[in-house]
Amino acid sequence: MAAQTRPKRPFRWHIAVFLAPAVLVYTAIMILPLAGTLQLSLFRNVDQSQVFVGLDNFRTLFGDPNWSVNFWNALRNNVWFFIIHMLVQNPVGVLLAAILSSPKLRFSAFYRTAIFVPTILSFVIVGFAWKLILSPLWGVAPHLLDFVGLKSLFTPWLGKEQYALTALSLISVWQFIGIPMMLIYAALLSIPEEVIEAAECDGITGLSQFWKIKLPLILPSIGIISILTFVGNFNAFDLIYTAQGALAGPNYSTDILGTFLYRAFFGFQLQVGDPNMGATIATIMFLIILGGVCVYLFLIQTRLRRYQF
Amino acid sequence: MSIATRSLPRTIGAHAILLTYTAIALFPVVLVIMNSFKSRAGIFGAPLTPPTPKTFDMIGYTTVIGQGDFIHYFQNSLVVTVGSLFFVLLFGAMAAFALSEYRFRGNTLMGLYLALGIMIPIRLATVAILQLMVASGLVNTLTALILVYTAQGLPLAVFILSEFMKQVSDDLKNAGRIDGLSEYTIFFRLVVPLVRPSMATVAVFTMIPIWNDLWFPLILAPSEETKTVTLGAQLFLGQFVTNWNAILAALSLAILPVLILYVIFSRQLIRGITSGAVK
Repeated sequence: MAAQTRPKRPFRWHIAVFLAPAVLVYTAIMILPLAGTLQLSLFRNVDQSQVFVGLDNFRTLFGDPNWSVNFWNALRNNVWFFIIHMLVQNPVGVLLAAILSSPKLRFSAFYRTAIFVPTILSFVIVGFAWKLILSPLWGVAPHLLDFVGLKSLFTPWLGKEQYALTALSLISVWQFIGIPMMLIYAALLSIPEEVIEAAECDGITGLSQFWKIKLPLILPSIGIISILTFVGNFNAFDLIYTAQGALAGPNYSTDILGTFLYRAFFGFQLQVGDPNMGATIATIMFLIILGGVCVYLFLIQTRLRRYQF
Repeated sequence: MSIATRSLPRTIGAHAILLTYTAIALFPVVLVIMNSFKSRAGIFGAPLTPPTPKTFDMIGYTTVIGQGDFIHYFQNSLVVTVGSLFFVLLFGAMAAFALSEYRFRGNTLMGLYLALGIMIPIRLATVAILQLMVASGLVNTLTALILVYTAQGLPLAVFILSEFMKQVSDDLKNAGRIDGLSEYTIFFRLVVPLVRPSMATVAVFTMIPIWNDLWFPLILAPSEETKTVTLGAQLFLGQFVTNWNAILAALSLAILPVLILYVIFSRQLIRGITSGAVK
């Protein structure tokens, strides 16, 4: 782009110099490999050479039982992973932010800092720490349930096919709740005092004030959080990998697209890695994420009314 | 202030909810650190009590420090994080300055091009990145990680920094121009010092995902020489599944540096988020 900068004035080299490093690194390490990955999904390795096969890899992925069973399973799990986040993470985040932002609340800085702690920890720590806590060997979880008299509810959640994915989703929610909380908190703080005072003059206070005045004003932030959650969830890998390993056990019940991509691309145990199929899965993930971002940008964001103060 | 909405039960309720959630947020961290100082019998006998003189034991820590090469992994993580951070901030600030300061053809387009990477995760390009690194002989080097993380961090850095650079007064820059300063001097001497607080915010945002990343170290640099602390901890934990003392000690060692940094920088981070840096 910078090369086209040719106004009537002499060529302004400094613009090119300022832009060049960022654009070069970004293009070489991110954009070109991304394009290369999309391209690789159209090729297959036959006798040591790459042969163009059109959409064959996608047909294999969707139709060949060796791949499609795992693929649809991973996609389904990923959608469930996302739904749990939307249903638990965002409402709880909004609730915490709403309470935090109430004026004259004491210790709010302490609460903010403490609730954000899990977000800065690495997945390795989070995955393992929860694995230990939920482990029937250690007995912390049954012990705690015993306090509230619910010990009979305990089962090794991470080891049971029907619970493992939900349990992991909730662990992920636990880790990332700080982000929606902070962004909503910021949005709530930026609502001007006059609007709130006007509402109070009209007799709208407490809960109805939240529903009728504040919630409509923070909807754009909730939209941003939703799309950030969407991108993060369909790109997730680390938590499942650290808690359940690359095979996403028990019996693939926690397999999501990220772990599926890792196994396909890198190979695991008996399975040999296949860069082309890896690229195919990455392309599908790319399309899903791109689709989500487009829905957000063109359908949701344009309809949300933004208020300028 | 809204006195009408204040009442004692309401305040107590608010504190009750926040305290409960704070407990949920901190419980696993406290539990792990607490039990890492106990003997095996103490860990299993009374997991919820703090270490007493009877159960106190450092065996976990001695195992970890004797076994794993954690100091070395730690250095690798530090080199990668600081290196990437340096390039993200330098290149990001330069590009942000070009985009916010000058009008030239393709300015908006360039901004959009760079912003693409905010939404599309670089992880999806892994297959071709690995091929690129193999071709250029950078596999199992820290350089590969620094390059990837620089590319990963740049889009958000450019986006946030250009918002802030627009606020730097034009008069100041023009005064500098009249005094005969070059554009480079204006950038490094006038603009960068003024946006330093927002650069700190960007630094914190960039640093956390780099330090915690497992995917790229696993794929690009898994060798013993180049393991980062996150990858090292992951492998270590996998090997010592049954040695609970060692696991809890390793987890604590991984938590503590991040926690200390967070306590120091949390004000910066939270101010960054709440000041509308992320819109």
